[in-house]
Amino acid sequence: MRKTFIDHVLDWSGRLLLTLILLFVMLPFIVVAIASFNDSAILTFPPKSWSLHWYANALSYRDFGEGLVNSLKVAGLAAIIAICAGSGFAYVIDRYEFSLKGVLNGVLMSPLIIPNFTIGLGLLILSAAASLPRSLWLVVTVHVIIIMPFVVRSVYVSLRNFERRYEQAAESLGGTPLHVLLTITLPLLVPGLISGALFAVILSFNEFTASLFVVNQSTQTLPVAMYNYVREYADPTLAAISVIYVAVVAVTLLVVHKIFRLEKVLNVE
Amino acid sequence: MSNDKTPVLQQGDRPAVQIDGVTKSFSGTTALEPVWLKIRRGEFLTLLGPSGCGKTTLLNLIAGFLEADNGELFIDRELVTQVPPHQREIGIVFQNYALFPHMSVAQNVAYGLRTRRVSKAEIETRVREALALVKLEDFADRRPRQLSGGQQQRVALARALVIRPRVLLLDEPFSALDRNLRTAMQVELREIQTRLGLTTVFVTHDQGEALSMSDRIAVMSRGRIRQIGSPSEIYDTPDNHFVSTFVGDANLFHATLRKVSGQELSLDVDDTTMALTTYQEHLPAAGPVTLFTRPEHCSLTATGTPGSIPATVALSVYQGSHAELHLDCPVAVGGRVMLRVPSAEALPAGTAVGIVLPNRGPAIFATEEAAS
Repeated sequence: MRKTFIDHVLDWSGRLLLTLILLFVMLPFIVVAIASFNDSAILTFPPKSWSLHWYANALSYRDFGEGLVNSLKVAGLAAIIAICAGSGFAYVIDRYEFSLKGVLNGVLMSPLIIPNFTIGLGLLILSAAASLPRSLWLVVTVHVIIIMPFVVRSVYVSLRNFERRYEQAAESLGGTPLHVLLTITLPLLVPGLISGALFAVILSFNEFTASLFVVNQSTQTLPVAMYNYVREYADPTLAAISVIYVAVVAVTLLVVHKIFRLEKVLNVE
Repeated sequence: MSNDKTPVLQQGDRPAVQIDGVTKSFSGTTALEPVWLKIRRGEFLTLLGPSGCGKTTLLNLIAGFLEADNGELFIDRELVTQVPPHQREIGIVFQNYALFPHMSVAQNVAYGLRTRRVSKAEIETRVREALALVKLEDFADRRPRQLSGGQQQRVALARALVIRPRVLLLDEPFSALDRNLRTAMQVELREIQTRLGLTTVFVTHDQGEALSMSDRIAVMSRGRIRQIGSPSEIYDTPDNHFVSTFVGDANLFHATLRKVSGQELSLDVDDTTMALTTYQEHLPAAGPVTLFTRPEHCSLTATGTPGSIPATVALSVYQGSHAELHLDCPVAVGGRVMLRVPSAEALPAGTAVGIVLPNRGPAIFATEEAAS
């Protein structure tokens, strides 16, 4: 069938709309990326001359380096804890019927409703009351609470889509429930677990609001370090570190994609 | 899978599987009415019925994937009602085969031996034997997804057989295969099953498959076993309306039962009174009934012949060696009957004919059963 004039108009206006939406989404990053190459010490737009020295500054600034290490520690630990506990919760919610199931589900999902600063403030008050030190573990605890709903959801979806016949076949072949869990269920759930862990790491890495309440100078995460920097200096270093930040996350995702095929991990295949 | 593994026969007629009044309902909906069933040692028993009839529920109860609400279940005279699936020593082949995708063919087959802590050397021998049995010796290192549907099914069968199960359960294993392959696999499976003398429960909704493979068929509908018997008993002498129409083609007529003496019946079809001999032992009371015959037992005659039922050819469907004549017949249930005639004798649409019923063999069912 030949396309009419109207079809062409719709076709091209659709593409235009899509491009505009993409531009709109990308706009903040584009502006920041351009600003990061600005030679001037004041964040002006558009830049008059170009330079890379803000990148050098960003990479050599001590707080950023320590913040990055803290962020990676927190993200790694929080993701491991959340994936272990979260998978357990997801398994229980998927497989068992019990009277408090609704309550458990509600509690697990509540961090989606409670603002991050409330969680941070709550933990701050609690730790002060219990006279706990404001250590890295406090930050990890806050992050576990925040990322748990996403991990539980992610693993739960994989469990819902799981072919129960595999487990039944294994059981009929003499596999005890634990043996089946270890040899069949877990290996086949690996994509779901990786996707959950990936969400967890990225969410934790980006978390700022709650962290702000519970960190101190030695435990501050990268986003908090960036915030503290911008309160003192208004030069394009922050833009540079932002670009590095995005690049690192993008490269991580690319590697995951290469190794595990992202569509499968994210359950969108 | 060698010769010394033929199942040990016990004395007498002790069933391999015995189901005593087992019931199951899911959140208030009854899936299985109380069922009593004895499956003989080495028997190939088919649970046949439409979807939702309870056949898969019954299979899952035997496997132990579901727990019965009431009743008892015995395997080899051992009470297993409360025994979890991994202790029941049952082999199962699913419709989608459920081969473990993260393991090779050999690892799949070895799974049931590993759980039994069989020695490494013996695992190797038995896996090789099992794969030889299904003619897949050369595929041991492949992954399931690298195999065709038929090959996957053989692996699933080998995996189930290698543990020398007390009962083999087959859950619609052929429905994912194309027609030619299906027939070949049916023959092969039946051969292996006979050779090993394996008690087998086969679930299917395909009546052709059930008739061709089974020693006995249990026809199910609405959570009940409606009839159980050999394929020819089910086909030739159905007990009720449901079985008569679900297995094979049936021509059914509205009739009025006048008189019964033993198995001799006198009944009215349309305005014609006929005398028939039935195989049935239990007959409905006099009154309106449904008269059942198979197409191959009906014959055609010239219209107006005394004792024949008037009908008109509506459609003739060419089927190669024979033709199916679909006839409009006012006294038939649903207004239609079907007869098979040699292709050369097919009649054009619109031809008025008479249908002659056989005087032996038909059955009558209580009319209210038509609802089921």
